[in-house]
Amino acid sequence: MISSSDQSRDILTARPPRTGVWPAFVSFGAVIAAQAYAILTSPAEGDMGHLQKIMYVHVPAAWMTFLSFFVVLVFSVRYLWRRRENDDLIAASAAEVGATFNGLTLMLGMIWGRPAWGVWWVWDARLTSTLVLFLIFVGYLALRAFTDDAQQKARWSAAVGAIGALNVPIVYMSVKWWRTLHQPPSSPATLDPRYTMGLRLNAIALLLVMIYFIRRRYEIARLERAVEHMAEAAAMGGQ
Amino acid sequence: MAWRDDWRRVRAIARKDVTTELRAKAGFNSVASLGVTILVLLGLALGPDADALRNAAVGAVWLALLFSGVLAFNRSFQVELESGALEPLLLYPGPRWTIFAGKLLGNLMFLTLMVAIVVVAGVVLFGVRIPADWPPLLGVLALGVVGLVVLGTFYASMASRSRAREVLLPLLLFPMLVPVLLAATTASKALLGADVMHEAGAWIRLLVAYDLVFLTATFIAFEHVIEA
Amino acid sequence: MVNGQPDRAINVIGLGKRFGARWVLRGVSLEVRRGEAVGLLGPNGSGKSTVLRILGTLLNPNAGTGAINGLDIVRDASSVRGQIGYLAHTPGLYDDLTARENLRFAADMLGLPYAAAQGSLERVGLAYAAGDRVRGFSAGMQRRLALARLILRNPRVLLLDEPYSNLDAEGVELMNSVINGIVRSGGAALVALHELAPAKAMLDRTLTLVEGRIEAAQPERELHDHATPTETR
Repeated sequence: MISSSDQSRDILTARPPRTGVWPAFVSFGAVIAAQAYAILTSPAEGDMGHLQKIMYVHVPAAWMTFLSFFVVLVFSVRYLWRRRENDDLIAASAAEVGATFNGLTLMLGMIWGRPAWGVWWVWDARLTSTLVLFLIFVGYLALRAFTDDAQQKARWSAAVGAIGALNVPIVYMSVKWWRTLHQPPSSPATLDPRYTMGLRLNAIALLLVMIYFIRRRYEIARLERAVEHMAEAAAMGGQ
Repeated sequence: MAWRDDWRRVRAIARKDVTTELRAKAGFNSVASLGVTILVLLGLALGPDADALRNAAVGAVWLALLFSGVLAFNRSFQVELESGALEPLLLYPGPRWTIFAGKLLGNLMFLTLMVAIVVVAGVVLFGVRIPADWPPLLGVLALGVVGLVVLGTFYASMASRSRAREVLLPLLLFPMLVPVLLAATTASKALLGADVMHEAGAWIRLLVAYDLVFLTATFIAFEHVIEA
Repeated sequence: MVNGQPDRAINVIGLGKRFGARWVLRGVSLEVRRGEAVGLLGPNGSGKSTVLRILGTLLNPNAGTGAINGLDIVRDASSVRGQIGYLAHTPGLYDDLTARENLRFAADMLGLPYAAAQGSLERVGLAYAAGDRVRGFSAGMQRRLALARLILRNPRVLLLDEPYSNLDAEGVELMNSVINGIVRSGGAALVALHELAPAKAMLDRTLTLVEGRIEAAQPERELHDHATPTETR
C-alpha cells in the first residue's frame, strides 16, 4: 500500500495529462462526418420515416453508457486493489461522462418515442432500464458529493461504483423479462444492412468523443488534486 | 481455530445489536409501525375498490418493506455512531467481515420480524387470497428480503456516517434493488394467481443469483468502506 | 522509512493531517521509549487527539510516518492494533447494555473468557454496578468502564486521550496505577492532556503541541529524575 506522502510526490512530479485541442476537433469532426454520412445515405424507414435517424445518436449513446459503466467497474476495482488515487479519479470522470451519455440516451429515447408511440414515456424494457442505470450513476455522484474526506470518498466510491456496475446486466435482464413490448433492439445485426454502416461509424465517432470527455475531466481532477497537494506541502513547510 | 473466534465475534455483534435494539425505547416498534402506516396510506391512495387493491397488494407490501427497511438499516449503525462506539469496534483484532456478518445477522432477524408484521397487515388490508400452495410465496419473500438486507446493510455502513444519511441511503439502495423488486413482485403475483405460465421459477432463479452475487461482492467490499 | 529500533515504543516522523482545507498537524515528530510515560500537552484544538487517533490506526496521515514497536501504523495496522490500548475522549460504550454485557462483548471480540471481564470490572471498582445499564452511569463511571475494557486487551502501548476527565481523586489514582503498571513493565504511554496536574506524578516528560507542531522552544520538560537511563535498555 502506498503511503500518502508517496502519492503526493507522484501527483506533483507526474504531469497531469495534457489533452490539448486537437482531440476535440478530431472527435467532434468524426461525429459530424458520421452523422452526415448516416443521414444522407440511409433511406427513410417504413413506419417512422426520417425519425428513425435519431437512432444514429441514441443507440451509440446507449452503448457509450454501458462502456462507461465498464470503465467505472475496472478502475473502481483497480483502486480498491492498488489504492492509487489516479484510478479513483478516472473512475469518477468516467461516471460523470457516463451519466451524461445516459441522460442523452434517455432524452433521445423519449424524443424518438413521442411521435412513434404517442406518449412521452412507456415502461418498456430499454427505456426503463436506462432510467434505472441513470439513477445508479446519480447515486454514485451523490455519494461523492456528500463525502468530504478525500480518502474516504475514493474508497466508498470505488466500492459503490464496482457494485453498482455489477448490477447493470442484472437490472437490464430483469427489466427485459418484466416487459416485452419494446420493438426488437436496433443493433446492427437485426437491422437492414443499409443502416449498419451508419450505426458503426457513429458508434466509433461517439467513442472518440467519450474518450475525449473522460480525458479532459480526468485532467481537471488531476489538476485539482495537484493544487491540494501543493497546499499540503506549503502547510508542512519548514519541516 | 480462527474461524471459531470469527464466528464468536459474528454472534457477539448480532447479539449486541438485537439486545440494544430490543431495549431501545423507540426502536423496533416504530419501524414496524411505519411499515404498517405506509400500507394504510397506500390503501387509501389506491383504493377503495377491492379489486384494485388486491392487484396492488404485492407492490404495496414491497414498497412498505423498502421504505421502512431503510430506516431499520440506518438504525443498525446508529447504535455505534451515537455513543462513539464505532472506533473501539474497529480496534478489535480479527477480520472486518465479521462486523458485516454480525450486522447482517442482526438486521436479518429484525427484518424477518418486520416483514411478518407488514405482510400480515398487507394480506388483511388489501384482501389478498392466499392460495393453497403458499410455501413458494414464502420462498420468494425470503429470497427478496435477503437481497434487501444484504445491500441495505452494506450501503447503510456508509450512508449512516454521511451528512446526508436520510436521502443518501434510499438514493443508493433503491435503484440497486430494482431486480429484487421486479422479481419478488412478479413472481408473487404469478404464484398468487396459480402461475399458469410457470414464470415464477425463472424469477426465483434470478433472485438466488442476485443474492449470491451481492452477498459475495459486499463481503469483499465491506472492509474497504468500514474504515474511518 | 521507519527503522524498527526495539527500544522505541512510539516513533513518529513528520506527521501531517488535514481535514478538508484545515491543516491540523503540520509535521509532528516525537518518540516514546519503552518504560516511558510521556504527556502531550496543548490547547484545545491543537491536534492532540488527532495524533493519538493516527497512532491508533483510526486515521490515515496525509504525510509522514509512524511506528509502534517497529510496526508501521499504516502498512501493519492490524498488528499495531494488537499492541495498543487506545482510550478515546468519548467512552464509546453501548448505553443500553449493562457494564457486564459491555465487557463481555469486548471479551468475545478479543477471544477472552468471560472471567477476564469480571476481573477487569473488579480492578476498576465497578463490580457493584455490573448489572446496571451504562445509560445510568455517571461520566466518571463510564470512564472507569472504558478503562476496564482497555485493561482486557493487555496492551503494551497506551494511547490515552484526556483520560482523567470526569474522574474523582480515587479514579485518578486508579488511572495512574494502571498506567504505571503497564509502563514500568516494559510498556509505554502517550497521554494527551490539557492540564498537567493529575498526571504530574506519573509522567516522565511532556511535549507541547502548538499549531500542529511540537513546540520548538521548550520541546521537553523533564518532570523528575527518573532512574531510567538509556543503558538499561
